[in-house]
Amino acid sequence: MSTDATADRISEVSQKFGISPEDYMLPARHMINLLDPDGTLRPQDQQGTEPGHEYPLPSPARLMEAYSALVTGRRVNDQNSALVRQGRMAVYPSSHGQEACQVAAALCLEDGDWLFPTYRDTVAVLTKGVAPMEVMTSFRGEWHCGYDPKAYNCAPMATPLTTQLLHAVGVAHAAKLRGENTVVVAMCGDGATSEGDFHEALNFAAVFNLPVIFFVQNNKYAISVPFSQQSAAPSLAHKAVGYGMAGERVDGNDLMALMSVMTRAVRLAREGNGPLLIEAHTYRMQAHTNADDDKRYREDAEVIEWKAKDPVTRMQAYLDDAGLLTEEAAAKITEAAEAVAKDLRDGMNQDANTDPRELFEHVFSTKTPQLAEQQALLVDELDREEA
Amino acid sequence: MTTTSQVNPNVSDATARAAAQAAAKNQPVTFGKALNTALADALTAEKSVVIFGEDVGTLGGVFRITDGLTARFGNERCFDTPLAESGIVGMAVGMAMNGMRPVIEMQFDAFAYPAFEQINSHVAKMRNRTQGRLPLPMVIRIPYAGGVGGVEHHCDSSEAYYSHTPGLKVFTPSTVADAYLMLREAIDSEDPVIFFEPKKLYWSKEQVDLEALAAEYEARKAAKTEGVARIARAGKDATLITYGPSVSVAMEAAKLAAEEGISLEVVDIRTIVPFDDETVSASVRKTGRAIVVAEAQGFASVASEIVARVQERCFHSLAAPVLRVTGFDIPFPAPTLEKYNLPSAERILDTLDQLQWEA
Repeated sequence: MSTDATADRISEVSQKFGISPEDYMLPARHMINLLDPDGTLRPQDQQGTEPGHEYPLPSPARLMEAYSALVTGRRVNDQNSALVRQGRMAVYPSSHGQEACQVAAALCLEDGDWLFPTYRDTVAVLTKGVAPMEVMTSFRGEWHCGYDPKAYNCAPMATPLTTQLLHAVGVAHAAKLRGENTVVVAMCGDGATSEGDFHEALNFAAVFNLPVIFFVQNNKYAISVPFSQQSAAPSLAHKAVGYGMAGERVDGNDLMALMSVMTRAVRLAREGNGPLLIEAHTYRMQAHTNADDDKRYREDAEVIEWKAKDPVTRMQAYLDDAGLLTEEAAAKITEAAEAVAKDLRDGMNQDANTDPRELFEHVFSTKTPQLAEQQALLVDELDREEA
Repeated sequence: MTTTSQVNPNVSDATARAAAQAAAKNQPVTFGKALNTALADALTAEKSVVIFGEDVGTLGGVFRITDGLTARFGNERCFDTPLAESGIVGMAVGMAMNGMRPVIEMQFDAFAYPAFEQINSHVAKMRNRTQGRLPLPMVIRIPYAGGVGGVEHHCDSSEAYYSHTPGLKVFTPSTVADAYLMLREAIDSEDPVIFFEPKKLYWSKEQVDLEALAAEYEARKAAKTEGVARIARAGKDATLITYGPSVSVAMEAAKLAAEEGISLEVVDIRTIVPFDDETVSASVRKTGRAIVVAEAQGFASVASEIVARVQERCFHSLAAPVLRVTGFDIPFPAPTLEKYNLPSAERILDTLDQLQWEA
């Protein structure tokens, strides 16, 4: 692996698009945006696309599938926030307002591809196919991630910021060494781009020419710190060229644009053109978690402004106008979302079945003598308590 | 040593080769060569083993421990990475998640600190937070400790940080045979292993037949080293409990003590995690006196932990408090001053005098 090889494949793919290597790596001049906030399809010359950065509209069937996941995602966010208020969940970092990003990150992948989510990406994990109660296991205060990452090709949601991007690089690297055609989507937020691991992950992915899509949801806040204090860069997507990879900016509340941008990114990566950096502009509509008070650091007016750009109503309006969202289709979609919400209510209303004896089971492949001793101590305490 | 072919030029080629091999087997082997051979043998035995890090490819590592591996096994099995320790460990986590057995090198002890978050929050915890579904079989090799005249940031004994983290195994060999066997075991372990290589031992030589050792290991006939302390020298008057770079110092002290008529037992614990309480306790119960010898600074150290464990288990057998000979609680000194900080045989013997001997 050498930088020469990296330069060669950038040069090759840019030639395919008939543009210079610089124009291939640099994001299009404008953010990719296919739908207006009111759901109107923007005129083609105002979509931000340009030669080498073409984004065809997804098929109606694909849009309906994505919209259904979007509606479920919104329902799940709001159901979980309610469950936290009722004391049935310990904590929930809601992605309310970011559901279009969540859905696109999972749906752009094919079977066998991997997703690396953060703690705010529950809807993406759900969309990847993980059962609702399994997704939310850690948020009800249990000690493990709840699902089998290998069964779903979905990593445990990462809490330490940005560390998971390097794991994504490693999964892609292992697959490449075995000659497998696996693509990996690695998610993070704007705050995470300040971490050193962000830099190391992008650099490693580019140097080893790995099929990883770094998908940054720029939701404008890292808990309370606004993006302006996070970075002086006018655009995160433009950081791509500094690593020798392609970047793109997309309206993160425009599901149609996201689906098109992410699908193209996955295709380019799968074809061996190396990693890509996608920055989605979106907004965290609610506080960081239920334990946070966002009134201390932002104005209501700002939140209201973003409410008008909501991803769900935008997509709904488009599908309505296009005649795709029949009454019957809409009812089915609502029904599916309600079924997931009910699943969560029923599950969360049952007490978690945790056994403290299990705490010692998965520290090592086999218990050390010291752990066996400590477990015996706890078991003895519990036995005496129960006696 | 003269080979048969030199004595008699008429012997057949095969005989000459056999004789040359026999001669090679009797050559002393360095600690570094044993590690290098273990890596090569692991690459041969298991195709999921991959080696990477800074300068480990073409150069063969700054200590040449990966010498010749890229040439022999190819750039996909042993390769250089960008200069970023968190990146190296983080990528290894992902590779281990996806079926590989990464063996990675941190160039020096103190240069591993940028990777601490990856090691502490992910390498150590992935098995646990996935209920055993994502084990991370990987080895992080760290050349460590002083005694080589290294400049600042090149001589740390950082084993306590890793030993304190649940989910990590911590190995540190002190002999040439152990260098080979323990590295093979570490690579075959289903758990992540922090593998501390005392850098002052890299050039030390012993008469070891690595080929025979390899055959024994692969036939599963080699005695296990993980969690099994080694009695490096048997004795009856007091026990020196030690590991890694301090084993040779303890052995020297035992030799000097013997000249004064004191019989010291030296226990090389080999693996800090898992810890062999049984062997250590048995030795101390037998001798009734103990000193822990370790190069790391003593405060809140592995040596402290060993002292605590010994007094918890052997209190009624002890004739004196368990003492420690460790590095001072200061940043590791410059090359010209390191000898004042390192545990020495003399300091061990002075400490031995304090073990409340009856007149």
